[in-house]
Amino acid sequence: MIDNFQVYLAVGVILFCLGLLCVMTRKSAISVLMGVELILNSAALNFVVFSKYTAGNLLGQGAAIFIIILAAAEAAVALAIFLNLYRTISTAEVNRADQLRG
Amino acid sequence: MIDILIQAIFWLFVVLTVGSAIVVVFSKRIIYSAFALLFTLIGVAGLYVFLAADFLAASQMLIYVGGILTLIIFGVFLTAKIYGMTIPDQAHQRYLALLPVAGFAAVLIHVLFSADWNLLQSTAEPTTENLGKLLLTTYLVPFEVASVLLLAALIGAMRISRPREEDDDR
Repeated sequence: MIDNFQVYLAVGVILFCLGLLCVMTRKSAISVLMGVELILNSAALNFVVFSKYTAGNLLGQGAAIFIIILAAAEAAVALAIFLNLYRTISTAEVNRADQLRG
Repeated sequence: MIDILIQAIFWLFVVLTVGSAIVVVFSKRIIYSAFALLFTLIGVAGLYVFLAADFLAASQMLIYVGGILTLIIFGVFLTAKIYGMTIPDQAHQRYLALLPVAGFAAVLIHVLFSADWNLLQSTAEPTTENLGKLLLTTYLVPFEVASVLLLAALIGAMRISRPREEDDDR
């Protein structure tokens, strides 16, 4: 009998690995950012699952709230950097950004 | 009967989350990835509802779907020359990368299905009030640090994304 608990964890694992794959293989910086969002989502999901099924308190949900806050801050700063990168080298591909001074 | 229905909706959200995450990774166009990410985030919000985390589900919808995804779609359009909505994005060495990642996933899934978990029987109850108390007691210092961090990210993002000052002088 498969419990829902393990299904949640499996979804977390799959999301994490897909995010990892996205970060490793994508060229566009925006796609890399989407991979990071997948990874952060899987981490938050794991916190909530363990908070419900093994801890029995809300501390994990608090941690998930901070993950969402950090993801918002990170997305804003990352997109600002990508816009600047695009303005400097006219592309947002991560393997073209190989100069320290543009 | 109602249990079967609930279980069916649960599996619907699982399939929605995983399926659209696969589209995010393997789609050839960034804009398709961005819209597939929308369904992944909605699926995770649905899973939060099943985990009795109602406040988190609402914040996931508001912050991720309403905020971060909008930012990402803006980013897609602002960092590409648009020719009829087909912004391609190549992937390189995908099959080489797939091998270690799939192995890692297989090990983790094997561990989580074979481990002997000591589970609690918990009941679902509204979490918003208790989360609010938690944020102002146990998590008070991280809460304040997070507000400073958000302010710093706001100012930093504005500073970075503006043109440089020597560009203004010309």
